[in-house]
This record gives sequence, C-alpha cells and structure tokens, in this order.
Amino acid sequence: MIELEGLTKRYGEKVAVNNLTFTVRPGIVTGFLGPNGAGKSTTMRMMLGLDRPTAGDVRIDGRHYDRLKDPLRYIGALLDAKAMHGGRSAFNHLLCLAQSNGIPRGRVDEVLDTVGLTAVAKKKAKGFSLGMGQRLGIAGALLGDPRILMFDEPVNGLDPEGIHWIRNLMKSLAAQGRTVFVSSHLMSEMALTADHLVVIGQGRLLADTSMAEFIEQNSRSYVRIRSPQRERLLDVLHGAGITVVETGAGALEVDGGKPEHIGELAAQHQIVLHELSPQQASLEEAFMQLTAESVEYHAHTDTPEEQQAWGDGWKGN
Amino acid sequence: MAAAQVVRSEWTKIRSVASTVWTLSLAVVVTLALGMLISALSKNEFDKMSRKDQLSFDPTFISFAGMSLGQLAMIVFGVLVVSNEYSTGMIRTSLAAVPQRGTFLFSKIGVATGLCLVVGLVTSFVAFFLGQAMLGEHRAHIGDEGVLRAVIGGGLYMTLIAMFSMGVAVMLRSPMLSLGTLMPFFFLISNILGNVSATKKIGRYLPDQAGSKIMQVVTPIDDDTPYGPWGGLAIMVLWVAAAIAGGYGLLKKRDA
Repeated sequence: MIELEGLTKRYGEKVAVNNLTFTVRPGIVTGFLGPNGAGKSTTMRMMLGLDRPTAGDVRIDGRHYDRLKDPLRYIGALLDAKAMHGGRSAFNHLLCLAQSNGIPRGRVDEVLDTVGLTAVAKKKAKGFSLGMGQRLGIAGALLGDPRILMFDEPVNGLDPEGIHWIRNLMKSLAAQGRTVFVSSHLMSEMALTADHLVVIGQGRLLADTSMAEFIEQNSRSYVRIRSPQRERLLDVLHGAGITVVETGAGALEVDGGKPEHIGELAAQHQIVLHELSPQQASLEEAFMQLTAESVEYHAHTDTPEEQQAWGDGWKGN
Repeated sequence: MAAAQVVRSEWTKIRSVASTVWTLSLAVVVTLALGMLISALSKNEFDKMSRKDQLSFDPTFISFAGMSLGQLAMIVFGVLVVSNEYSTGMIRTSLAAVPQRGTFLFSKIGVATGLCLVVGLVTSFVAFFLGQAMLGEHRAHIGDEGVLRAVIGGGLYMTLIAMFSMGVAVMLRSPMLSLGTLMPFFFLISNILGNVSATKKIGRYLPDQAGSKIMQVVTPIDDDTPYGPWGGLAIMVLWVAAAIAGGYGLLKKRDA
C-alpha cells in the first residue's frame, strides 16, 4: 500500500505536483494517468525518495521509503529504461542491485529468465534495443520479489509485441495479489490493464475512482440514427419529447436514449432507418475532456466544447 | 541496510565496467614509464648539474616524476567512478536500491579508495625500485632515512588525489564539468601559482603541492615551506575532507 498525503513539489514558481492525496491499494492495477508534463514522473520519484517533496508525505506500508530495510524487497520500480550504465552487462547490472539489498545471486538468473534476457545476460546494456532495456529495467523491478511494483510509462516506444508482453505481465503480477501502480498518458492503454484510476492534470488530482466508475461517469452514451426521412423522424422524436442533436454528417444523435425505444417509435410511424446504433464516447475523449478542464482552469485556451465544434465542422466539410 | 551489502554492490559496480580497468592501468603505466624515463635522464644529466642542484638531488622524488601525469589518470578514475552514475541515469536506480544516501556515497568512495590505495601503493613501490635501478650510482635505498615514508606517501598521494576528484564529481555531477574543472586546476593553475614567486605562498597550500611534499626525502636548499611531509599530507587530507563533505551535503538534499 502506498499512501500520499498532500504531496507537493515546487520548482521555483512552478508547481509540478499540487497537494496530491490518494492511496494505491494492494491486489489491483492502479493506473496513474495524466497528459505529458502532468507531474506523474515527479510524483513517482517522490514515492521512491529520489526527489524531496516541498510539502506533504508519502508512505510505503506506513513507512518512509528511506526507512525501508532493503527497499527492493518491498517495492520494485521501473522509472526509466535507460537508468543504467551502458558499459555494464545485464547480469552485472542486476547483480549489483541484488547485492545492495541482500538478494541471493540465483535470483538474478531467475528474473533474467522471466523477462527473456538470459541469452544476452553477458552483453553490455548499451547494445540493447529500447525494448530490451525496458525488459532489463523490469527485471530489476522484479528482483526483490516485491509486493509493490511501479512502472513509469512502461509501453513508451515499444513495438506491439513488447506492449503485449508488458500488459500481460502487469495483469499476472496483479493476479498474484501484488500492488501494481502504472503511469501512462494513454487512456486506451489504461482501459486494457487498470482496475483503478488516478488521474492528474497540472499536478492536481482530477479523479480517483475505479475504472468501471470512471467509464460510467465520463463516457457519454448516445444513440446515432440515420434515416432518409430525416424531417419526419425529427418531428416524431420531438413529439415524443426526445431531444435530438443534429450532427454535421447528416446523422442524428440522442443523448442517453435507448435504441429499443427509438426503433419502436420509428416503426410505429413507418419511418425507414438506415442506422440505429448505441454509441459510447471513447475513454480517450473522456480523459481529454477531464484534463482539458484542468488546463482551462489555469490558462486561457479554447474550451473543450469549442474544440469539439471546430473538429466536427471540419469533419463535416 | 547493512553497509556490507552496499560495499559488495559497489565493488561489483566498479569491477564490471571497462573504464575502471583502463584508467587505473593508464595511471600505473604512465607513472612507471615516465618515472623511469626521467630517472634515466637525470642520471645522465647529473654531472652537468650545478653544485646546488646536486646537493638538492632527491633520487626518491625523481623516481616519482611520472606521477605528475599519472595523477591525471587517477583524477579521471575518481571522476568516472562517481559521475558515471549521473551521466548514465544509473543514480536513480542506485538510490532507489539504497535510499540511505550517506551509506551509498561512503560505500562507493570507500570501495574506490581501497582500490586506489592498493594500486597506488604498488605503483609507488614499483616506481621507486624501477627509478632507482635507472639512477645507478645516484640511487637511494629503501632503508635510507625518510625513503620508506616517501614511497608509502606516494601511494597515499595518488589515493588522495582520486578521493578529492570523487568529492568534486559528487558536487558537479557531470563528468565533463568535473574533468574540465580538475584538469586545468591541477595541470595549469596549481603549477602557475606554485612557480610564480608572488603566488608561491598560496600555491603551496593547494592539495597537490602540499600533498606531494610527503614524497620528498631531500629538502631543497632554499626551501622555506612552513610544513613538513606529514603536515603537507594533512593539508591535502583537509582538502579531500572538504570536497567529500561538500559532495555529501549536496547529495543529501538534492533531487536525484
């Protein structure tokens, strides 16, 4: 369990992390989501005692990170795939980490096997591809068989095969009952792996909710309708007290409407429908809307509504 | 966190990169080769020297002449041991594994210092015997007064130079910045200050000039240095302590 309380980091005037309070619970994958520059990495560095908080506190299982005896046995972290000496072999890189935390040497071979780097164990890390470097970083995180694992943007720059591997690894780690805390700036990635979501924007907490709840609250569901008898359909729907939005592409959208209800209504009035489909706004859109608000709060930019209207107009042309 | 674990880890780190082996080998080779060369030249020049120079002739010190260049390799070693952590990003991995920064730093410096001490002492003894072999009839003997102290002092000097560089590198972090500061300091500024009469009195309190006093057996005739061999070494130790304390203070409060 990781507890953050009022965690704040200031660099001069700039507030990178602003009064964050949340808890990362065991046994699930917690996604840590925010646009680039939202303060995710800074927060993770503070969790590991690398950066000093300006204010507030982080505790790992009730203790400060630097109070942990052999911290790699509590919490394993992948912060940056390139956080290693390129001139050192993969085996020696892991060996020096293992020794510093009293982890037996045999464990190095085990984790190399887990991440599939046994064949290149004696090779220098500087010859590694990004994906191999990422695997070596993950091997380092797994070294102490920790109950808590932390990954900062683990899929960044990986090929589809590597992304698939990391996704499955995180799921299997959580299935073993471990706490998995993973950051990303891609909502779609989180939707596939995370059970719980913590969203930040400009260093502030925007959401701390279960994935299911987030989807329910933030994704707009609507029914899209196309019909050659558009005007009649509009009249019928208005008559039934249903609010319809006309979109640029000639389709109609009914917010929160039930397709069954609309279909029956159309059938009663013998209106031909070319399309009647339940739709959900993508999670990516929901995420952008959520974080755009935090941007709007601080700076004078276009409101998300205006951005959408502009985009729709362009698509319609 | 058991410090012994961290020391083992730092030993693995230091032995598993090529730069360690290369810089230390270079320090040994340069010190020995240049020492032999200058000893051999001095033997041939001895008869042409002035009476005063002949009286001040210090065969022990001459055999250490290679250290003026060899110490630069020791500086590079000291800088690389520390700044490699920063230039590669390894420091974040290291401090996540060992969050007690004092334990981390002093284990690292301790291991590197131990290695330097062994290499430095071996180099110093070998440089002495090779140099004396070159000097022929003008040679000194290890049993002569002050000679053993000078030879052991040569090893200590090389070790302290590397330690000072480690302290500076902890403060500056970047290898380029550290080398760019230390190299001109020891190669130019110290020499200039030490050889211009107006600044000589300041120059002799610099770490290398004060420390190298321990390698002298024969005091030059008109020498008015206010400290002896051990006093000079103590001044150098103070410099080293200050550099490491400064590095520790910064590491302690700095974000990694």
